[in-house]
Amino acid sequence: MEFLTQPWPWYVAGPIIGLFVPLLYWAGNKPMGISSSLRHTCAACVPANIPFFKYDWKAQGGWNMLFVLGVTIGGFIGGYLFANPDPIALSESTVQDLTALGITSFEGFIPKDLFSFDMILTPVGFIVMVLGGFLVGFGARYAGGCTSGHAISGISALQTASIMATIGFFAGGLIMTHLIFPLIF
Amino acid sequence: MNAIKYILLGTGFGFVLTKAEVISWFRIQEMFRFQDFHMFGIIGVAIVVGIISVQIIKRFELKAADGEKINIPDKDPTQVKRYMIGGLLFGFGWALTGACPGPLFALIGSGLFIIIVPLIAALAGTWVYGLLQQKLPH
Repeated sequence: MEFLTQPWPWYVAGPIIGLFVPLLYWAGNKPMGISSSLRHTCAACVPANIPFFKYDWKAQGGWNMLFVLGVTIGGFIGGYLFANPDPIALSESTVQDLTALGITSFEGFIPKDLFSFDMILTPVGFIVMVLGGFLVGFGARYAGGCTSGHAISGISALQTASIMATIGFFAGGLIMTHLIFPLIF
Repeated sequence: MNAIKYILLGTGFGFVLTKAEVISWFRIQEMFRFQDFHMFGIIGVAIVVGIISVQIIKRFELKAADGEKINIPDKDPTQVKRYMIGGLLFGFGWALTGACPGPLFALIGSGLFIIIVPLIAALAGTWVYGLLQQKLPH
């Protein structure tokens, strides 16, 4: 029971996450990935005659849609039913840095100072939630994959493309955190 | 039957992401500030396990559950611009929302319905990419 509510250390979670690469190949010859499900959703709901969304999304992406449905259920089981009652054990220096940026709430998975329905129309809330989300979707498709498809699954298959994309992901995150965050917070 | 298989695998994946706290905005900040080994340990070990698994699959020509030979697709390494520019833009979004696509779904599942906002924004971003695809350098 404790194992289910407590956070898992990196040396437990890391190998299990890595095993999803062979598990999905074994289960149905699928390269693991998440962000394609966003494309399939667009293709299913608003294809608008755009060539990028004109394909048989059910045949190509049906499995991926079911997989992300599962991820949502997994979040419910792990983050709601068996939620960790304690705040995340962040490093002291991270708490200090984020406090300096104006973050006051360190409970749960996301800072309530930034993520709330009241914040959507404030400049900071809009940038974090709306612009941030937009860039995640736009960037993932532009780069041809996200952290799962490139950093985990692609690098596992030793793809040069995925190594380049992952360097881009990290460079972008570092620029945003160190150069742009001080300007927007 | 096939449907249940993928839902169960996704459930397992979402559960691990949640228990590993990979879905935490704070953990992503900690990573980009190099203030804890946690995230690097997870991604690093996952990649090592993935590389070993793929090598085993290739060397022994393992078959999938349905008996078909496992096919590991190659990604075109010549489209350098798309990986660098797309990667950078994704990285900006990753640091802002503190979530890549997998965690967006897991966070909503955990009851944080506000994350529907970045998810809808991510769908909009995906759609706009589709609209502009032929005009963007790849």
